[in-house]
Amino acid sequence: MSQPQPRLRAAFSLGVATLLVVGLAASQWLLGDSPQQMQFDARLAPPSVEHWLGTDALGRELWARTLAGLALSFWVGCLAALLSTLIALSLAALATLSARLDALVSLLIDTLLSVPHLILLMLIAFALGGGTQAVIIAVAVTHWPSLARVLRAELWQLRQAPYVRISRALGKSRWFVLHGHLLPHLLPHCLVGALLLFPHAILHEAALTFLGFGLSPSQPAIGVLLADAMRYLSGGYWWLGVFPGLGLLLMVLGFERLSSQLRRAL
Amino acid sequence: MRLIALTIKRLARLALVLLCVALVSYGLMMASPVDPVDAYLGPQMAQVSPEQRALIAQRWGFDQSPAVQFGHWLRQLISGDLGWSHVYNQPVSEVIGQRFQRSIALLGSAWLLSALLGFSLGVVAGAKEGSKLDSIISTYALITASTPAFWLAILAVLLFSVTLGWTPTCCAGPAGVLNQDVTLVTRLHHLLLPIVTLALLGIANITLHTRARMLELMRSEVATHAFAQGASRIDVAWRHGLRHASLPAVTLAFASLGELFGGSILIEQVFTYPGLGQATVAAGLRSDVPLLLGIALFTALFVSIGNMIADSLYAVIDPRIQPGGL
Repeated sequence: MSQPQPRLRAAFSLGVATLLVVGLAASQWLLGDSPQQMQFDARLAPPSVEHWLGTDALGRELWARTLAGLALSFWVGCLAALLSTLIALSLAALATLSARLDALVSLLIDTLLSVPHLILLMLIAFALGGGTQAVIIAVAVTHWPSLARVLRAELWQLRQAPYVRISRALGKSRWFVLHGHLLPHLLPHCLVGALLLFPHAILHEAALTFLGFGLSPSQPAIGVLLADAMRYLSGGYWWLGVFPGLGLLLMVLGFERLSSQLRRAL
Repeated sequence: MRLIALTIKRLARLALVLLCVALVSYGLMMASPVDPVDAYLGPQMAQVSPEQRALIAQRWGFDQSPAVQFGHWLRQLISGDLGWSHVYNQPVSEVIGQRFQRSIALLGSAWLLSALLGFSLGVVAGAKEGSKLDSIISTYALITASTPAFWLAILAVLLFSVTLGWTPTCCAGPAGVLNQDVTLVTRLHHLLLPIVTLALLGIANITLHTRARMLELMRSEVATHAFAQGASRIDVAWRHGLRHASLPAVTLAFASLGELFGGSILIEQVFTYPGLGQATVAAGLRSDVPLLLGIALFTALFVSIGNMIADSLYAVIDPRIQPGGL
């Protein structure tokens, strides 16, 4: 499949993603506390004109809860991806310092990659006692290896580049080389890497919350909504299970497209 | 000789990685705010005096330093004793053994199905690049790559079990029937939907990868030469493409065991299938530390053997890749 104008496409999906984020932020501001408001005369109401996506067992509007859940996922995903990128960058930099440190970092990567992600996430969330903070840290700690590998390879290559060697030979300090030459070169990689991490982070956050290790059940997270929906599945209350997941899928898909197009464009 | 040396090196690396896994997971458990004596006592916590608690802690060696405790645990681990699971009231090794037997049917068939289907879809999409079929397959793979596993399982239950009533909604057998009385057909009937859901999720990765390899071949000089000699696209795909793309697909299938396992935890949770995944969730939620540690180590062994096979296959595909450091 030939992409005639990768930059144009990237700009387009960047626009769509920005619109999505602005929309989410605005909806949070407009919604107020309606995701938690109960209407006891309209419990488990199917989707209709008054209740756009139906209501849950306590009569709370599903559309408001889904939006709130997406916003929550977005923030958790953002923070986790950012933290993960920072870990990847610092460990990649550490690995280039000496051969021994390099072996240590690659052993760490192998260790992390050999435990199934979800089990490691559960272990970390368990160790930190659950909650939003624990989820962010757990997701950040498990997602950096692939990016760290890319950054490490890039750094090794850069250190051999003529302009870096000349700069060192001219007596510039390590800090200057790092700051002036290496970081500007690595930043686009970091940006794309963080964007690539982001959809995974959201999906893992939702999965962890769904299993009961993540965000607290009182928060309207997508994982909580779907875990709630599990209890009403056999009663035929399909909207509880379908819409929150659909929202999550659309958001993840949107950012996935954005990141792959940005990577192609850069 | 070189092969033997390489194998020994890989096994040593495997042992080192497993030791690191043990260290990391043990450290995490030590850091957890859950008090092991409380977890052991459960609801009887209120009836135990501080002196008795101290005695229990002493009996179990909680009064010693973490390093000493880790040493004890490691020694027991090597002699095959994984400890006692208080959730299932059984030795951990027995719990894992029983649960894994049930899970392996799910994991194995989903793995095979996703590898075969993913590979064939990828070959078809790559061979017919730009056709409608290709765009359908690619779009499908892109969408499933961002689908939450548990949501797909929920949708499957809603459609096939609740609305259509074709498959049971839960468990490994009908309620009220003893495990040994369940017939093979009933078992398969209960397993069908979980297997298909798990396989559908695994397909995307292999399909996209295989498609990329096929495209690479179709644009290579080998293909151009074959086309010039009058071969059709199907011919080239069949004779050259399969060979070019199959080894990477196998490698990827081995490397994706961890993801498969993660998926199975979620799927088992939705279908309440009593496998290893469900035991993991139960162990975590009810703070059964020995079981959690046992499962982490067991799955790490499982996944790192998969990774090791994948790494060895990489070396077969591309001899330039040398086994690196340590």
